[in-house]
Amino acid sequence: MDTQSLTIDAARSAIQERRTTAFALADDFYQRIEKQDPLIGAYLTLSKERALAKAAEIDALAASGEVLPPLAGVPVAVKDVMATRGVRTTAGSKILGNYIPPYDCTAVARMESAGAVVLGKLNCDEFAMGSSNENSAWRPVRNPRDLSRVPGGSSGGSAAAVAANMAVATLGSDTGGSIRQPASFCGVVGLMPTYGRVSRYGLIAFASSLDRIGPLTKTVTDAALVLRTIAGRDPMDATSADLPVPDYVAELQKPVKGLRLGVPKEYFGEGLDGEVRKAVEAAIQKLAKGGCEIVPISLPHTKYAIPAYYIVATAEASSNLARFDGVRYGYRASDARSLSGMYRRSRDQGFGAEVKRRIMLGTYALSAGYYDAYYLKAQKVHTLLAQDFAVAFSRVDAIVTPTSPTAAFKLGEKVDDPLAMYLADIFTVTANLTGICGISVPCGETKEKLPIGLQILGKHFDEATILKVGHAFEQN
Amino acid sequence: MKISEKDVAYVASLAHLELTEGERVRFLRDLNSILDYVDRLGELDTSNVQTAVVADVQGVVPDAGRDDILEGLRKSLPVDVALANAPDSDGTFFRVPKVIER
Repeated sequence: MDTQSLTIDAARSAIQERRTTAFALADDFYQRIEKQDPLIGAYLTLSKERALAKAAEIDALAASGEVLPPLAGVPVAVKDVMATRGVRTTAGSKILGNYIPPYDCTAVARMESAGAVVLGKLNCDEFAMGSSNENSAWRPVRNPRDLSRVPGGSSGGSAAAVAANMAVATLGSDTGGSIRQPASFCGVVGLMPTYGRVSRYGLIAFASSLDRIGPLTKTVTDAALVLRTIAGRDPMDATSADLPVPDYVAELQKPVKGLRLGVPKEYFGEGLDGEVRKAVEAAIQKLAKGGCEIVPISLPHTKYAIPAYYIVATAEASSNLARFDGVRYGYRASDARSLSGMYRRSRDQGFGAEVKRRIMLGTYALSAGYYDAYYLKAQKVHTLLAQDFAVAFSRVDAIVTPTSPTAAFKLGEKVDDPLAMYLADIFTVTANLTGICGISVPCGETKEKLPIGLQILGKHFDEATILKVGHAFEQN
Repeated sequence: MKISEKDVAYVASLAHLELTEGERVRFLRDLNSILDYVDRLGELDTSNVQTAVVADVQGVVPDAGRDDILEGLRKSLPVDVALANAPDSDGTFFRVPKVIER
C-alpha cells in the first residue's frame, strides 16, 4: 500500500480491514526515517521498543476483530519537550542530555490510549526557544521542501517529520507561534488550541501562561482527530479547563456559509512579503466565494505585541528554568567545589546561548527597580491586546491573517540578530498572549516553491469554528 | 545604553550564571538592542489599565481554590525512581558539594 500520503483514518482503516498491520506500518516508517532523516534531522531519539510493543497490541486487537480505537496503529511522533516514560527527553538541550523521565506527558499518554504508535522524539529549539530550529543543542533541522532553508521553530522537527512523511501526525508546542509558523514553513497543518484546552502536564515548561500543546498533521481532519483525543480536563494540570470536548471531526461537516471572518489591517502592512500577501488575499477571496462574509477589522495594539511578549515570555522562562541546577536531574559540571559554583557552572555549560540570553532578559525584567517599567508594563499591554480581540470577536466569528510575514528563510540568515529572529513571530504571539486558539493551513507557494500558510484565529474554546473554516478552505 | 557591563554581571549572578567574557560582551549588546525595541511600550498610557490574567478571563479553572488533599493527587515517587536521574546520590539523598566551609 502507498504510505506516502497516509492520513490517520486511512492508516487505521487499513489495519482494521487487515490490509496491513500496525507492525508493518511502523517498520515502513522506521525505514523511511533511516533513509531520509540523516538529511533532515527531525528525530532526536527513536522509541522502537515502545512503538513495536504498541503495534503488536493493536495487531492483536485487529486480529480478534475488535473495533479499533481512533488512532489505532497510526505512526506518530512527539516534540522532545514532552516527557515520555523510559524514553530520553532532552528539550533540545545539553542540560537534559541524559534525562529519562519517570512519567508520561498527559497528551502523549492520551495519544497512546487512543492506539497511536509513538515512533520517537522530535528535534526542536532548545527549551522551545527559537523560530528556526537552529537553537537545538544537537543539530539544526532542515526544511524537507528546500534543504538550504529552516523548517521554522520551535517545533521544526514536528513539522518536518509530517512534511517528509516520517510520521502521519506529530505533537508540537506553541508559546509564541512554535506550532503554526513551522507548519506554515513546511506546508502542513498546525493547530494551537486555546489555553486550558489541552493539559500541559509533562510539557517541559518555557512560559507557563503561554505554552500550549497541539497537533501538526497533513489534513485539517487529522488535526481535529488529534485534538479530540488530547483535549479535556486533566487533574494533573490545574489550569486545564473543565469543559466538554466537542466532536471536532463531526463539526467539520457543518457549513461555513454566513460565517463572519475578520481581516485585521495591521497584519497586512509593512514587512509582509509580496508573495505571501498575494496568496493570503487569494485564500480570503476563496473563503468569500464559499459564502463567508469578509469584515475589515482593526487590532490597534498589534505593534506592541512583540515587545510585550518577549518581556512576559522571558520573565516566565527565567523563573521556570531556575529548576535546572544540577542537583536532582540533568547535567552537572564536574569541576565545581562549592554548591553555588556547581549551580553556576552546570547552567553555564548546560544551557545554549539563546536560552541564556532569555534568562538574562527575563531576570532583568523581574529585578528590583525594573519590574514596574518592564514586567508590569508588559502585563498591562497584554490587557490592551486582549481588549483588541474582545472587540473584534464581538463582530466576527474568526480572524484570518498570514501565519508568518515571509516563507522559510535560509539557515544562518538570522542567527546573529536575535531581534530579527523575534520579529518572525509577529503574527503569532498575540494569540498566545490572549489565550485564544489558532490554526495554520497551507495556502499556496512562492515562485521558489516554498509553502505559505493562512492563519485562522478563533475565540476561546472555539476550535470547532477555525477547524471548520480550515477544512472548507482545504476542500476547495 | 540602558544596561552597563556591571548590570550584566549583576543580572548573571541573580540568574546563577557565570558567562564567559565573550558572552558578557554579546549579551550587553543584545539586551540593549532588545530593550531599545521594548521601549516602544512607553508610547502607551497604561495608567488606568489593569493587568491581565489568562485564567481570570476564562473562569473555567476548577482547582483555583480547591481544598488541600492530604495525600496529594497521587503518591510521591519511590526514592530509587526519584534518584535515578540524579548526577550524584548516596542511594537515599541527592549529594552536592559542601554548602558551608569550616
